[in-house]
Amino acid sequence: MDMFNDPNLWLPWVFAALMGLSILIYVILDGFDLGVGLLMPLSDDDEKDRLVASIGPFWDANETWLVLAIGLLLVAFPVAHGVILTALYLPVAVMLIGLILRGVSFEFRAKAPIGQKPYWNGAFFTGSLMASMAQGFMLGMYVMGLTWTLPHVAFALLTAVFLTVGYSCIGAAWLIAKTEGALQIKAVGWAKGGLWGLLLGIAAISLATPFISPRIFEKWFGFPQLLYLAPFPVLSAALLGFLWWKLRRMPMVDDRHAWTPFAAIMALFALSFGGMAYSFYPYVVPDKLTIYEAASAPESLMIILIGTLFVLPTILAYTALSYIIFRGKATELRYD
Amino acid sequence: MDTLLLSRIQFGANISFHILFPTITIALGWVLLFFKLRFNATGDKKWMEAYLFWVKVFALSFAMGVVSGITMSFQFGTNWPGFMERVGNIAGPLLAYEVLTAFFLEAVFLGIMLFGASRVPNWLHTTATFLVAFGTTMSAFWILVLNSWMHTPAGYEIRDGIAFATDWVAIIFNPSMPYRLAHMLLASGLTVAFLIAGISALRMIWGDRQESVKSALRVGIILAAGLIPIQIFAGDMHGLNTLEHQPQKVAAMEGNWDTQSNVPLLLFALPDEEARENRFEIGIPNGASLILKHKADGVVPGLNDFVAEDGTPEHPPVAPVFWSFRIMVGTGMAMLALAWTGAYFLRRRGAGFMPKPMLFAFAAMAFSGWIATLAGWYTTEIGRQPWLVQGVLTTKEAVAAVPAPIVMATLVAYLVVYVALILAYMGTITYLAWKASKGEPLSTRQYPRSGEAEVIAVPGE
Repeated sequence: MDMFNDPNLWLPWVFAALMGLSILIYVILDGFDLGVGLLMPLSDDDEKDRLVASIGPFWDANETWLVLAIGLLLVAFPVAHGVILTALYLPVAVMLIGLILRGVSFEFRAKAPIGQKPYWNGAFFTGSLMASMAQGFMLGMYVMGLTWTLPHVAFALLTAVFLTVGYSCIGAAWLIAKTEGALQIKAVGWAKGGLWGLLLGIAAISLATPFISPRIFEKWFGFPQLLYLAPFPVLSAALLGFLWWKLRRMPMVDDRHAWTPFAAIMALFALSFGGMAYSFYPYVVPDKLTIYEAASAPESLMIILIGTLFVLPTILAYTALSYIIFRGKATELRYD
Repeated sequence: MDTLLLSRIQFGANISFHILFPTITIALGWVLLFFKLRFNATGDKKWMEAYLFWVKVFALSFAMGVVSGITMSFQFGTNWPGFMERVGNIAGPLLAYEVLTAFFLEAVFLGIMLFGASRVPNWLHTTATFLVAFGTTMSAFWILVLNSWMHTPAGYEIRDGIAFATDWVAIIFNPSMPYRLAHMLLASGLTVAFLIAGISALRMIWGDRQESVKSALRVGIILAAGLIPIQIFAGDMHGLNTLEHQPQKVAAMEGNWDTQSNVPLLLFALPDEEARENRFEIGIPNGASLILKHKADGVVPGLNDFVAEDGTPEHPPVAPVFWSFRIMVGTGMAMLALAWTGAYFLRRRGAGFMPKPMLFAFAAMAFSGWIATLAGWYTTEIGRQPWLVQGVLTTKEAVAAVPAPIVMATLVAYLVVYVALILAYMGTITYLAWKASKGEPLSTRQYPRSGEAEVIAVPGE
């Protein structure tokens, strides 16, 4: 327990955990609304409005988790923030332009003259695609140690495709829960069609990570940790199997279990994220910079931590309130 | 062009694009709360109609502000890693508090404010409107604390080249913060006042005689006429504060090369940094001395005091600061003239009978707040160069070593998107106004909002 006596040791750990939590929440929450954006071209005009309505009250707050995650990286590990973001300069720019496009299209498609609506729908899809691909690409580059070589870029392009398909899958699972009728049946089809993205994405990263870094190989395949780490792959496989089985039976009578695919994919994201966190800890820049080397001064971290401990539960509470107020099937979005 | 200049232009473009929208949402949030409270108190439908029109503008502006704000948070790392490495211990917590106390509050309650009116009780909807307005203002507070600290750093010490916080109260209440915050909040109020007055005037030109439009025009003009003298006073105080802490910036604003007394207030000049003099000067004798020192023979600092031994200037580039300042003041004066003339006619004739030329003038000035705000920010931010954090960190030291062509390529991409979006934004607001003035109903709702039935019954009293 010596660790807790020295803030230089436990503060970076706490902030790494907070940042990890923010990234995970972001990937799940913005994952589903980016995914819904990706499904836009597959739906007809009427359905497009319902797709947008299903994420309307949430997307703004969902994206705020990205700001918090990047903010925590910025404030807790400033050196790593600089190293990671300069290495990922181009994909970051692509992601930002994507996020700008989709965020504003959301408003413009409902407010600009009706003749412009198809263009804003197109911009909404394009923005979602750019952001998803860029995030998948950055994930791949991060796993590969942030070095720009041809094989690394090729791998990152693969993870970009997988994450994008994975997002479309969680987006479809969200729609299963939030829609009904013909659109819900369509959403079940989209979710089935997206499962391969989750499967290949998780497989690619799980296989690549240990072979890129002997350190990570040792962490996973040494004995006895192999035993107590076994639940990660076993549970992931079970969840994928469950999704495959369940989606073939959806939608069910009385709309029962409409939330289960979304819940299962959330669990899958959490497991994959947990696995990656285990692999890379204690490094924030893979195999180059640990969280302890990159951390800010303890007095600065402390003042953020105090605020966070008060504010984070409040944020979670009012986020929950918003999900409760807008629970149930998505209806038309209106200001009155 | 080199990476430093390109990165500066890129960050400048991003933050210029960004500030346009918070400038609107900060004050518009409070105006919406005002409309909502007036409706709650009087039950008069015109207030709800005004609310429903302007909440659309708010939603659009908010989305533009959020997405361009996300860009900002990444660009600290992509373009200016040295900033966080050197002063991250101070900038970090301030930014973190902005996200934690303001950003989430706005984002979550915005959903309830926009789409929750028929799902939550009226009091909760009013509370959500308040929390969104409060959140935008808190957001402005933390950002201006950080920005002011970059101009007038306090409460820190440097160990091994890195800034460490020693006194958080001194950091937050650093010398220029109260002035800068007041100046910016008033700027936001004025921008919104002119936007509301301008768009309402436009709707009246298009023949819209609805009570909600007249009331909005009245609110806009009164707000503008009331805030502009306060803003001129606050701006003057801010200038004196800058004179104390960043004299080189004031010297550039005044285009004054030598420290001397009886400095004229230059109305026009072409500052020439090569020759270190102004060409084509037109000025009011003793004007600058009077404004800055309140006496005709007051001594005003000159730019030549801020040159290193080897001749490299340690003051900001003169012409951009000199001209931005004049554009800001000029716009402010035009606002003063228009707002007070407008208030005069409002009192004489009422909002429904404003002379046509007045309506056209307000419509033309609908986005004048943007011009003044941007010009003001250019004055203060370019005026801080070559420093990023005054006296602590230069801009050059903080820039990332990204190859110039990459910065150039992303800059062009950002600019294309930004120009397209600004045009779409202004076009859409105009379109919303046109649609509303052609009598298209703002609400096609068939059912009463919760709480509305009781409220409507009240005005019979």
